[in-house]
Amino acid sequence: MSANAARRLGVRMLALGYLALLLGAPVGMIFYRTFEHGLAPVWSAVTAPNAEHAFWLSLEIVAIAVPLNTIFGIGMALLLERGRFWGKGLLGLVIDLPFAISPVVVGLALVLVYGKTGWLGDWLTTNGIQIIFSVPGMVIATAVVSLPFVARETMPVLRELGIDAEQAAETLGASAWQTFWRVTLPAIRWGVVYGVVLSTARALGEFGAVSIVSGRIEGQTQTLPLYVQDRFENFDSTGAYAAAVLLALLALGTLLAMNLLTRRTRGRTAS
Amino acid sequence: MSPPPNSQGALALGRPRVPAIGARGAGALGKGLLGIYLSALVLLPVAALLSKAGSGGTSAFWREISNPEALAAIKLTLAASAIVVLINAIFGTLIAWVLVRDEFPGKRFVNTLIDLPFALPTIVAGVVLLALYGKGSPVGVDVAFTRASVGLALLFVTLPFVVRSVQPVLLELDQAMEEAAASLGAGPATVLRRIVLPSLAPAIISGVALSFARAIGEYGSLVLITGELPFKTEVGSVYIFGQISNENLPAAAAVSVLLLLVALVVLGALSFVSHRRSRHVR
Repeated sequence: MSANAARRLGVRMLALGYLALLLGAPVGMIFYRTFEHGLAPVWSAVTAPNAEHAFWLSLEIVAIAVPLNTIFGIGMALLLERGRFWGKGLLGLVIDLPFAISPVVVGLALVLVYGKTGWLGDWLTTNGIQIIFSVPGMVIATAVVSLPFVARETMPVLRELGIDAEQAAETLGASAWQTFWRVTLPAIRWGVVYGVVLSTARALGEFGAVSIVSGRIEGQTQTLPLYVQDRFENFDSTGAYAAAVLLALLALGTLLAMNLLTRRTRGRTAS
Repeated sequence: MSPPPNSQGALALGRPRVPAIGARGAGALGKGLLGIYLSALVLLPVAALLSKAGSGGTSAFWREISNPEALAAIKLTLAASAIVVLINAIFGTLIAWVLVRDEFPGKRFVNTLIDLPFALPTIVAGVVLLALYGKGSPVGVDVAFTRASVGLALLFVTLPFVVRSVQPVLLELDQAMEEAAASLGAGPATVLRRIVLPSLAPAIISGVALSFARAIGEYGSLVLITGELPFKTEVGSVYIFGQISNENLPAAAAVSVLLLLVALVVLGALSFVSHRRSRHVR
């Protein structure tokens, strides 16, 4: 029994030690380095004009991309779970594709369509629309990388829900629209919210794809992650650490939200 | 709870079974919009990428791939990813084991923390690792601009995959089998090898495949810590980025398509295996 206990302790130490070295210590270190000279330099770093601009631009992009993906994500989930049509497997593949593609490749693929020499380049230029190296392109890139989350989190909930309640509503004379708003959506809402949380975290932190389509113009097309890189490469570690910690805090908030939501859904199924 | 067999037919008499024309129109409109959305975001860009990579024919594609710098980057990507997923398989399973079978103070906190690499922006992951393992490291370990830094960053961003795929399986695993084996005289190593690992293998493989697909495409966490040195620390995604900056789009597209194919093959094999398994179980 004591050999067993020793083995158990050994495995625990090994696993926790690995986690501490890879995850805990580095994350703790960055908080320490950021705040080692007090709050004042951090505050002035995050309120620098370019930092503030990057912060608001990041939020603006998230505020467009995430709602779009939420609406279309629910639509895709409904189609995949409730619909019967040719090419359903293909649709599932298309939705998952952003998970298999490197963000850099996403950026490149968008440049090849919407860039000056891209497929739609001439048409966009003659109509005076600029997508690459401006905010619309960054919104598209962000939407692509965060595309699968809402659909993928909603689908299992829809499957579990079944169609009994929806059929009952329909039989009682509800229109498709009423059925969706009054029956389906309330039942799947926590799945949707979970997907939205994941999309938001992914969208806020997106770097590679946005880096390519933004052109990284300081104070114009620089999101918060791009700002971190810019500060770091300009040897402004205070600015880089402050912005990185701000993003890390948003990530920790996401984790907290995920934690609360899983407990909430678990509580619901248990009761 | 199930309705009587013919209730639907009886109730349906009073009203048309087909949705009203308005709802149908709305459905068609929604499908159309969804089609446009997916085309604009995924289908058109992927088609443009494939067409760019194939524009010079297969010989041009191979020439781009076998360019020495591209080849070095691809080799490093695949080798580093392979090593990283191997370490993930071992430590990921170990961590999942500790989180399920062990009890210690702060376990819930550790369990929440596992997902941090998924939530943390990749560029921040790079900064975080540099703060401890970069220049002026307080622990005297400086891996910046070395090949070890590639592995370190990839280990960080792929940490949750194996843990999160093994954990639920381990929770469901019946401990009675292990106890039975132990009571029949099997040592802990035998129980692990003959009972536990075979049941966990599919979950470990699934986590490994997801880690691998993620690792070969990783970019953000590698930018700052690897220094992007050609032939030394430059991985595929960094090479692609460099070629885009040099406006050498055919080279960027060729390597992109190769990486995409590798990821699709890995994920396709995974879904094939898990599909077959689930059919087998039924």
